[in-house]
Amino acid sequence: MTTPLPLLLGMSAALFSLGLMAVLSRRHAIFILIGIEIMLTAANLNFIAFWRYSPQPQPTGVMFAIFSIAIAAAEAAVGLGFVIIVYRHYKTTEVSKLNKLKG
Amino acid sequence: MNIAAFSLLTIFTLATAAAAALLPRLIHAALCLALSFIGVAAFYALLGAEFVGLVQILVYVGAVAVLIVFTILLTHREDGKGVSAMNWGGVAVAIAVFDGLLWAILKTPSLMGATANSEPITVKQIGITLTAGYMWPLQCTGILLTAAFIGALILVMEEKR
Repeated sequence: MTTPLPLLLGMSAALFSLGLMAVLSRRHAIFILIGIEIMLTAANLNFIAFWRYSPQPQPTGVMFAIFSIAIAAAEAAVGLGFVIIVYRHYKTTEVSKLNKLKG
Repeated sequence: MNIAAFSLLTIFTLATAAAAALLPRLIHAALCLALSFIGVAAFYALLGAEFVGLVQILVYVGAVAVLIVFTILLTHREDGKGVSAMNWGGVAVAIAVFDGLLWAILKTPSLMGATANSEPITVKQIGITLTAGYMWPLQCTGILLTAAFIGALILVMEEKR
């Protein structure tokens, strides 16, 4: 018996919400990046699931997932670079303490 | 993809992702994140996209998770407390978003009848499709990756005075 598509999408939605929870509820910059990676992974899982269950034979979903993974790698590199710069300036990576621009 | 494999993998992936989001210690969260990426790669393999699963393991587990661990080593000061307070408003928003997504999925009747009818894709097919129809995005991705990595290097270089 194969898995129906809504179960896969529901699992992916749960993964996305866990990532969103990490982004919104943690105060540490690296946790925010971890959450963003989890959300991107959930989106990729949806691409693959929709490709697998679509009536068309073109592998567009697979291509999209591959490009999305490459772009996520670039995003992680630049984001972690920013975390290191922020640490050098403020000696902390807690985002609630980066308040120099606060009015 | 049969239902038993799906249940096991769902439990594994969601548990490790929840650990990555909730564990107080940063380094434990990063290692749980790597485990949850392996779970997602297994999903790809079971859905017939083995190559994407391998790319996922190579890029996410091999590069992104290791990069996160290195950043933790470079920036984290172990000050004993380790845990920073949770913001419960964020948890509520995440639960609301999950409910909204679930509602949208359950309210779409055409999803229920969808059957898995794409054949598992081979690496050869992926290569042909990439070089035939996706040449322009492929080159752009190459330029983007080069620019991003050079940019990240320049960002973190020590300033010499």
